[in-house]
Amino acid sequence: MAQLTLVQAINSALASEMERDDRVVLLGEDVGVNGGVFRVTEGLQARFGRDRVVDTPLDESGIMGAAVGLAIAGMRPVPEIQFDGFLGPAYDQLVNHAARMRTRTRGAITIPLTVRVPVGGGIHAPELHSDSPEAIYTHSPGLKVVMPCTPYDAKGLLLAAIRDPDPVIFFEPKRVYRSFREEVPDEDYTIPIGQAKIVSEGEDITVVTWGAPVFQCLAALDNLPEDVSVELIDLRTVDPIDIDCITESVRKTGRCVVVHEAPKTVGLGAEISSLIQEHCFLHLQAPVQRCTGFDTIMPYYKLELEYLPEAPRIQKSIEECLAY
Amino acid sequence: MPKKVVYEAKIEHLQILDEDGRLDAKLAKDTLTDEQVVYLYEQMSTCRQFDEIAFKLQRSGRMGTYPQNKGQEANAVGAGLALQKGKDWVIPCYRENAALFMHGLPMHYVLLHWMGDERGNQIPEGCLMTPLSIPIGTHMLHAVGIAWAAKLRKEDRVVATFFGDGATSEGDFHGAMNFASVLQAPVIFYCQNNQWAISVPRELQMNSATVAQKALAYDIPTIQIDGNDIFATYKATTDAAARARQGGGPSFIEAVTYRLGDHTTADDARRYREQSEVDAWLSKDPLIRTRKYMESKGLWDDKRQKALEERLSRIVDEVVKTALEIENPSPADFFNSMFAELPPDLARQRDTMRTSSLGLDPDQAGLRSTPEGVR
Ligand SMILES: Cc1ncc(C[n+]2csc(CCOP(=O)(O)OP(=O)(O)O)c2C)c(N)n1
Ligand SMILES: [Mg+2]
Repeated sequence: MAQLTLVQAINSALASEMERDDRVVLLGEDVGVNGGVFRVTEGLQARFGRDRVVDTPLDESGIMGAAVGLAIAGMRPVPEIQFDGFLGPAYDQLVNHAARMRTRTRGAITIPLTVRVPVGGGIHAPELHSDSPEAIYTHSPGLKVVMPCTPYDAKGLLLAAIRDPDPVIFFEPKRVYRSFREEVPDEDYTIPIGQAKIVSEGEDITVVTWGAPVFQCLAALDNLPEDVSVELIDLRTVDPIDIDCITESVRKTGRCVVVHEAPKTVGLGAEISSLIQEHCFLHLQAPVQRCTGFDTIMPYYKLELEYLPEAPRIQKSIEECLAY
Repeated sequence: MPKKVVYEAKIEHLQILDEDGRLDAKLAKDTLTDEQVVYLYEQMSTCRQFDEIAFKLQRSGRMGTYPQNKGQEANAVGAGLALQKGKDWVIPCYRENAALFMHGLPMHYVLLHWMGDERGNQIPEGCLMTPLSIPIGTHMLHAVGIAWAAKLRKEDRVVATFFGDGATSEGDFHGAMNFASVLQAPVIFYCQNNQWAISVPRELQMNSATVAQKALAYDIPTIQIDGNDIFATYKATTDAAARARQGGGPSFIEAVTYRLGDHTTADDARRYREQSEVDAWLSKDPLIRTRKYMESKGLWDDKRQKALEERLSRIVDEVVKTALEIENPSPADFFNSMFAELPPDLARQRDTMRTSSLGLDPDQAGLRSTPEGVR
């Protein structure tokens, strides 16, 4: 056991899987000698060689398309897209090829790739370095979408993702990359894709979130009156979504707030609140509340905290939902 | 049938002012006048001083990530001068500050941009340029479109777009080259090959001996130049612009230069490149070489240098002061430019951003007690 940051836990997962399975290849911009711009792949090229940790040309479509080819040939590619905002050029390969290949070949060809992408705001980064596009890929059938926010979960989920027979987007909330450490086992373990986690148990209201906002929610919980009992759910995987966990909680509490960084309209909050009314209608005591980014372009960093659902706004949502 | 050669090509390399400040007088004919040389030296020095200050602002926590232009200034100034201000367009990446300044962008705008304030992108009326482009390799197509429009409207306009060696790996780069070629658009592709794309050296970025040869595939006239030589950068851009104005379509320039600093302030180049390589390029610094040349011609001396340095530090201090004194944008700033007219729901999000969470209709929530106006 070691105390690791999120960055280190992901690095540890990559190293142990590369050790175990020589089909695993990392590819991306600056992932080799430099160890990635966030140092997530630090030391891996030195350890596993230039053929397995590859500094590619600056071409996201190339990275993703070539990874699809590697996967078709039986490798386990783990491409990295350097920032959320640069998934654009890779979109076609990811959505029109990786996601569809199994279905369009009726299972004859499969794409076991895991694309790692730093995600989200809150680190004072330049334009297009702070977006949260998870809903876009959730809306695209054929992809699994994972977004852990703790070192322990990240290692277990990344190992599960790489071993998964289908394409997975593994979003890494960069705001949490180095924000804290926790005990992470040295050895292998997996956390099943699609399983949410109850961060804190409660009776009065359910808060559903994932990624960096988990910590904003925890801060909001700290500021609520002592007699308010909140059940906080970290989805960890947004697609496939753990509807059982949400349902069970909302049937108990009757109230729910969904928190995410991405814009509100057609965000995952819309899907989750719809699922809740499908599954928990008779248990609801208030409309499902959304506390999200606004329907605007993610602003440059001077205003990013105005845009993001920070603790005070989350607290307000919870209070409003409780007051209903 | 014997085999025959159907295509042959060669790439020329142009250098007019060498590393020691010696000029090839024949090649220099009809290029820069003495006054222009001094002017470009001052512009390069301004940009260098701006870089130093921006770096310090970042280090002292007053600015976010910043990419220095250091070592590459000869490109922006030479090309900037070859293009006509107010008539030709500059479509930049982020290592062409001097060209933007020369074409009218107030210097503090660039600081604002890197301080995380979109108002740094609010290009003033009459400045023909687009904002710094963060997604690599995407903006060259815009240059092609703008040039195409000029051609359709029969306007006497040239568009120059700047990008790095790494950018030439993106698919959009090839799309831009092909469109420009097919449409014969009056566009200049100016590649600042500074040898690195963050940590990836040119040799890993591409397997071709030059960047310039990529243009051959599109039949775009192409040249490789010494990108630290203001005579070469000026001449190559002037020639390309003249060709474009005469209906000769696009041109490609590979300017061989070097990024003397880290990729950005968030980077540490010691992790991936040898100091000896940096040292070797230090002596090719465009400022040093231009100064040597000016001194050899009696255009410059220590006194003028000192006066320039004093003037620049005043100018740049003023720019920094301007940037720092600008009040923070209002919290709702990022809503207001979303559309020409803000749709009602967005307006509501804006007006209640501080007072309400998003989902609940206040009527439904029984929250009518909230004061008037914050709904
Ligand atoms: C589409 C896209 N992918 C990745 C990045 C991250 N990134 C920023 S600069 C850079 C390297 C650019 O290299 P080059 O084009 O040579 O320009 P230079 O910075 O050397 O001037 C990378 C990979 C980005 N900004 N945009
Ligand atoms: Mg470069």
